[in-house]
Amino acid sequence: MSKHINLTLKVWRQKNQKEKGHFETISAPDISTEMSFLEMLDVVNEKLTLAGKEPIAFDHDCREGICGMCGAVVNGRPHGALKGTTLCQLHMRHFNDGDTIAIEPFRAMAFKIIKDLTVDRSAFDKIIQAGGYISVNAGGAQDANALPVPQDKAELAMDAAQCIGCGACVAACPNAAAMLFVSAKVSQFALLPQGRPEAARRAIAMVREMDRQGFGNCTNEAECEAECPKQISITNIARLNREFFKASFGSAVK
Amino acid sequence: MLLDGKVPSGPIKEKWDKHRFELKLVNPANKRKFDIIVVGTGLAGGSAAATLGELGYNVKAFCFQDSPRRAHSIAAQGGINAAKNYPNDGDSIWRLFYDTVKGGDFRAREANVYRLAQISNHIIDHCVAQGIPFARDYGGLLANRSFGGAQVSRTFYARGQTGQQLLLGCYSSLMRQVAAGKVTMYPRREMLDVVIVNGHAKGILVRNLITGQLERHAADAVVLATGGYGNVFFLSTNAMGSNVTAAYRAYLKGAFFANPCFTQIHPTCIPVHGTYQSKLTLMSESLRNDGRVWVPQKADDKRPPQQIPENERDYFLERKYPSFGNLVPRDVASRNAKQQCDAGKGVGSTKLAVYLDFADAIKRDGRAVIERKYGNLFEMYEKITGEDPYTTPMMIYPAVHYTMGGLWVDYNLMSNIPGLFVIGEANFSDHGANRLGASALMQGLADGYFVLPYTIGGYLAGTPKLNPATSSPEFEASERAVQAQVNKLLSIKGQRTVDDFHRQLGLIMWEYCGMSRNNAGLEKAKGLIQNLRAEFWQNVTVPGNEKDFNQSLERAGRVADFLEFAELMIIDALERQESCGGHFNEAYQTPENEALRNDEKYCHVAAWEYKGTGKAPELHKEPLVFENVHLTQRSYK
Repeated sequence: MSKHINLTLKVWRQKNQKEKGHFETISAPDISTEMSFLEMLDVVNEKLTLAGKEPIAFDHDCREGICGMCGAVVNGRPHGALKGTTLCQLHMRHFNDGDTIAIEPFRAMAFKIIKDLTVDRSAFDKIIQAGGYISVNAGGAQDANALPVPQDKAELAMDAAQCIGCGACVAACPNAAAMLFVSAKVSQFALLPQGRPEAARRAIAMVREMDRQGFGNCTNEAECEAECPKQISITNIARLNREFFKASFGSAVK
Repeated sequence: MLLDGKVPSGPIKEKWDKHRFELKLVNPANKRKFDIIVVGTGLAGGSAAATLGELGYNVKAFCFQDSPRRAHSIAAQGGINAAKNYPNDGDSIWRLFYDTVKGGDFRAREANVYRLAQISNHIIDHCVAQGIPFARDYGGLLANRSFGGAQVSRTFYARGQTGQQLLLGCYSSLMRQVAAGKVTMYPRREMLDVVIVNGHAKGILVRNLITGQLERHAADAVVLATGGYGNVFFLSTNAMGSNVTAAYRAYLKGAFFANPCFTQIHPTCIPVHGTYQSKLTLMSESLRNDGRVWVPQKADDKRPPQQIPENERDYFLERKYPSFGNLVPRDVASRNAKQQCDAGKGVGSTKLAVYLDFADAIKRDGRAVIERKYGNLFEMYEKITGEDPYTTPMMIYPAVHYTMGGLWVDYNLMSNIPGLFVIGEANFSDHGANRLGASALMQGLADGYFVLPYTIGGYLAGTPKLNPATSSPEFEASERAVQAQVNKLLSIKGQRTVDDFHRQLGLIMWEYCGMSRNNAGLEKAKGLIQNLRAEFWQNVTVPGNEKDFNQSLERAGRVADFLEFAELMIIDALERQESCGGHFNEAYQTPENEALRNDEKYCHVAAWEYKGTGKAPELHKEPLVFENVHLTQRSYK
């Protein structure tokens, strides 16, 4: 049943990349527990606008947990405390009357803040550009059923392929590593026969690009797995490590 | 003026082959001399940009999101159709073609639909080669399921995330071309104008959404892949950023807008629950494979669903349409749900919902099987509503989902403005008055991977090269006009927010131009929209400034366009005095309350030409000829 709660928000406000940011306290009274977290922010923003203040800038688009555009650190947890849930799908019924909620952007050296809760995640695109694809041009592919793929392999590939590229794994990691993100893409293709021909080159190129973009190293904290809204497993990181070592020592790829 | 769709002559099966041969080619070494702009990076734009890059053109790709991987194609759940006939259940290219023409209630262009069905098989081949993890059977071969409006299983899927996987596949290909230097990516840019030089589309004006700078980009051709306009209703299953701005501004520059009143209301969405609501969430149509739709037989039955005995339930789709049952096309399913709710049989606190019940399927197949098929959808439902669909029937209600109308294009997917191509949901051509499930992904990828890359070559090879400079008077004028609008929006400083206006517009459209329409309501809506638009330009408040990351300003520009475009939808709905597919005028229905077409008068595409502020748009017609699938009253009984 829906009810209404009163909240106090402590929101990170930062005008742009260069200026210093700070927490601002904003009250959010009379919030329906049926609202999503982003709808709660919408309501707050409408009030700020009418009061002649600047609304809180935050990225969002599909609001159904699949585009990966939204995300903020809520009370210290990327996308909030509810497991396997993006911020847009987190609903206010998981909060209590009188709560104070701290809302910050995803923080990492590789994710520069654009404004308030909005960050630049183009480093992820650069990593994909380094090798997150199978080199096939449109036209002339063989019949789709010519190459069977064992069902269990296809399912594992799909588990990895679910990554929405939101960056929560990076925000959760004490080292701001992007290993879960990279391993999800490397695993998807490493598990499928279509991805094998380029597997060695892909693993090396994507890991190198990850380093170049300023992401940290993995020290097996497993925070990424705990916070991933798509619950992508760190076994993918183990697979990435195997692929990387195989490629480094057992292939001609330099 | 009668519009010519430039459909090639000859038997329908040979048209595309023949046309491909007849199209002029750009020599491989010359392709690098051509620049092409692609706006939008969903399935249509992303696949087009990647493929054009692979062919050797220089591509500039634009999107308003922070990365091309975010485009709203990503949210498509259920699947993608193809005429592979792997299940051996009688499918064929001809049957997919037939189902799509009939499903669209005979308001699509036959030749385009046939080409789409032909290409469908190549799409699956290419996507598998890209490493898309489609669902597979135990033997490792691809699995299929059935979808609304078809009696065969031709839908390929990747759990309930088919759109995501297809989009990430095309995003991968696009990133590969970025790495190869053939595509330059411009994210966080919003297209605000098409620039026309010597009558040809030769560039665009965009706003950099981070810095607020207006940027000019010139090219030899412009491709719009900017999606649909469902957000004119405010509440829809579209992403928050989906908008009509690019398409509408092309219309203001002379591109014809075709069938704007054709909108699709999807039957299975989570019902509205509050006035603060920002969007509606779809529950994939694939759920209708196993879920049974019902309402209580008695109006105003307040008992919880489990306490209503079997013989007091009305499985109205199964009762009325025994051969298609719960798998009737979307327009039919939506209208029937509305009829039940209008009769007072709706369920839930708002009475605007019907049940979608999985109890029988769980009893028959076991919970594990249902979980494997729909687990992520059930989870999503529970997250939003707080109810468990494994034990309580889902509550669903129709919501705006897709728009069949769009910019008019010929068989080459080129608009009436030479050099301006329109692909995917942004054009009008393939779905007629109603789109069948799992066909949007098919069309987006067909246009982008396999149609546009050929036809744009025909244009480029057959047109003298212009090399327009961004310092030309046309670009100057365009930037001045866009700048003036931005300044105006920021200077009003009124009392109402942009969203407030948008919500009110949405309510007007839903009430009078939604699932069913009548002339009096449409006339009334026209006045309401005009008044609202006038108030908007007097009383909107847009905080912040222009040279900044300003999301309110972005939305203000989009809503300003929706406020104008909404009136065009009304004009189109009023002009089309018949019912067809998603356009249901209450005055035209069969004794069984089905849509009643008037083929003598309205078997055409209605394409509207902008004639200036305050002037009525001019109607142009493209007659539709059905030589292969004969015009009949649709029946799904």
